[in-house]
Amino acid sequence: MSDDSEFSIGDQAPPLELSDTEGSTHALPGPGEAPATIVIWTCNHCPYALAWHDRLIDVANEYGGRGVRTLKVNSNDAERYPADSPEAMRERHRAEAWPVPYLHDAEQDVARAWGARTTPDVFLLDSELRLAYRGAPDADHQRPELEAGYLRAALDAVLSGEEPARAETEPVGCSIKWRP
Amino acid sequence: MSDLRSEMDAAGLDPGAVALREVETDADAESERFVGSPTIRIAGRDIQPPAEEATGLTCRVYRLRDGRISALPDPADVREALEREIGGKA
Repeated sequence: MSDDSEFSIGDQAPPLELSDTEGSTHALPGPGEAPATIVIWTCNHCPYALAWHDRLIDVANEYGGRGVRTLKVNSNDAERYPADSPEAMRERHRAEAWPVPYLHDAEQDVARAWGARTTPDVFLLDSELRLAYRGAPDADHQRPELEAGYLRAALDAVLSGEEPARAETEPVGCSIKWRP
Repeated sequence: MSDLRSEMDAAGLDPGAVALREVETDADAESERFVGSPTIRIAGRDIQPPAEEATGLTCRVYRLRDGRISALPDPADVREALEREIGGKA
């Protein structure tokens, strides 16, 4: 799944500092500040990202009460894909009243540093910002009843101080739309 | 593709008759009125004719018959489109 240069399970997360749809800057919490952090690459137009969105928001809501932080990142080329423009992101974020920030990676540097490939692509960090899970939310975007089970199982393990039994799955979705 | 071929087989059509075309550039997408992958056309007609979607090299958003969002069309819509085509030729 990954080559030697890619951010891998157990590795420290690369830096992430991006603006949200209202202009506020967000970064990863400091070590020990949150028991776990979920970073999800997503976008406005991909059917996989749209299909999985509600399941991932449910996870953010349910685990947010336990201190877990969730960040959603859009790295798509907004010039060629206007549905992913900052304006379209802000409109959606407001209309759907997301409980999590929607961050814009205009330069695509963060996506490259993290090795994000698809929308969605889910990264779960432990309290020390080491990668604990990476991949798909669950086994099938068409089955809401799966409730992002891969991610939930990994979260439950991390919050119990254990390593997830399934630390990696293949990310499934639309490819990130890289700038030419 | 395997779902489409299964539906064609079930409809009594040759599953090998599917022509796979890759749309590689924005210009091609525009000239072909291609609104995303996968797009399935039977005798040139889209199985779910797009309303006002922009053309482009992107993934296509389908709605299943129960309202769920999907990257693939509802098998029942594929079946219905095939039956329409067969009925039209009968």
